[in-house]
Amino acid sequence: MDYTEKVMDHFLNPRNIRKIEDANAIAEVGNATCGDIIKLYLKITPEGVIEDISFQTFGCGAAIATSSMTTEMVKGKTLDEALALTREQVADELGGLPANKMHCSNLAADALHKAIKEYKAKNGLK
Amino acid sequence: MGHRIYLDNSATTPVRKEVLDEIMPFLTENGGNPSSRHLEGRIAKTAFEKARDKVALAINADPKEIFFNSCATEGNNMVLRGYISGLRGSIRKNHIITTSVEHPSVYNTAKTLEKDGYEVTFLPVDTKGNLDLEVLKSSIKENTGLISVMMVNNETGNIFPVSEIAKIAKEKNILFHVDAVQAIGKIPVDVKKIGCDFLTISAHKFYGLKGAGAIYVKWGKWVAPMMTGGHQEKSRRPGTENIVGVVGMGKAIELAVSELETDMKHVADIRDHLEKRVLSELPYTRVVGDPANRVPTITNISFRFIEGESIQLKLDNDGIAVSTGSACSSGTLEPSHVITAMNVDPEEAHSSIRFSLGKYTTMEDIDYTVEKVKKIVEQLRSFSPIYDKFISEQK
Repeated sequence: MDYTEKVMDHFLNPRNIRKIEDANAIAEVGNATCGDIIKLYLKITPEGVIEDISFQTFGCGAAIATSSMTTEMVKGKTLDEALALTREQVADELGGLPANKMHCSNLAADALHKAIKEYKAKNGLK
Repeated sequence: MGHRIYLDNSATTPVRKEVLDEIMPFLTENGGNPSSRHLEGRIAKTAFEKARDKVALAINADPKEIFFNSCATEGNNMVLRGYISGLRGSIRKNHIITTSVEHPSVYNTAKTLEKDGYEVTFLPVDTKGNLDLEVLKSSIKENTGLISVMMVNNETGNIFPVSEIAKIAKEKNILFHVDAVQAIGKIPVDVKKIGCDFLTISAHKFYGLKGAGAIYVKWGKWVAPMMTGGHQEKSRRPGTENIVGVVGMGKAIELAVSELETDMKHVADIRDHLEKRVLSELPYTRVVGDPANRVPTITNISFRFIEGESIQLKLDNDGIAVSTGSACSSGTLEPSHVITAMNVDPEEAHSSIRFSLGKYTTMEDIDYTVEKVKKIVEQLRSFSPIYDKFISEQK
């Protein structure tokens, strides 16, 4: 299966690629051996809303597209809404991913969960 | 399709005009089976045998030593599996030596034979992708029966010392197979000078058609046929002759050999230009392989901190076709076994791009490609977490 038009759009014109300098939640997942590393930067308001989110990604077309899509899907959402986001929803929103990309390259939701859980733990939130 | 720059000539080449002209009669007015005795059959048979003469002449073999088949994968399987099958269960000569950087058609066949209980040694390579012949010599055992080594590596373009290996094999009375798929039209291939027993070639790597290949089997040597059927190719490879593919192959190899020197001078010039520009204009890039020992058609360059598939996809989007050793484009999860065998760091292995040039590649194509590569690499690095980390550590 080839990449969908939507994957190609997010790959060629990735949204939210930058480093948020005053981010208050950051998480990185993946490793270079597998060929994918995704790092998310979040700015979370005291009310628990994702005010801003950005990413840096080392990886293939699917890794970049899923990172970009994830940031779009959770911007403005509450932490609990963002925690409910799954890898499958990200892939569905992109019109699907090739089977071999579902696990190795679709890591942005994992990075998001990691960032939020660490943020919650640090701030004594449940 | 729009204007494209095709820099994937090691994957396959376009069919050249002269080949197309040669095969046209067999696609139109003459549809005879070379095995038939009527006029249509006789015309096809004559053309088929003329192609065999041309293939034989191109590699300095005798026409009766050429056996046509469908592709290099089949050719390599014919030799490796045919050799093993010919042992008929004997364990006297059931050890095969090959390398850790062979094309999958040899590498995976050898892996499968190993699983089936045969002994296989995969020779290591150094960081430049070269073999150590002392290691080869010390790998030879009482029961070694076959050595299989490629002449030119398909990912790096490295040239292997096949004539020296042939001498070693001969001394020990071991059969020697050469996968010469990436060598035809790039460096002279002479079976007598090499001194091999078997050699594999494939037409679509030198501007012939896909679906036509051949093996050379030295007169007096034998491997068991993989298929049973009719009398074609002396029953060693039965099946109705691929008249179109083989006639095209005859023409293609004749031209590839006669134009070798001019073509390779041109390709070396533009390859060197591509490398010089990329390496001097983009930091953290290097040639993977051995620049001092390779064919002029290939350069494999790593672009640290970014991943090969994303480079390849973006180049494709800009009209340029290349290939990558990155895991992500291959359907497997591992980076290329060739690059990994060279002990390249996994992150760098994922970032390698193979540019394989051909006779129709121009200097303008190269300059356009370099401009696009620079833009793409800079953009991908701009949001690579590895690059970001590296740069902050430099400060």
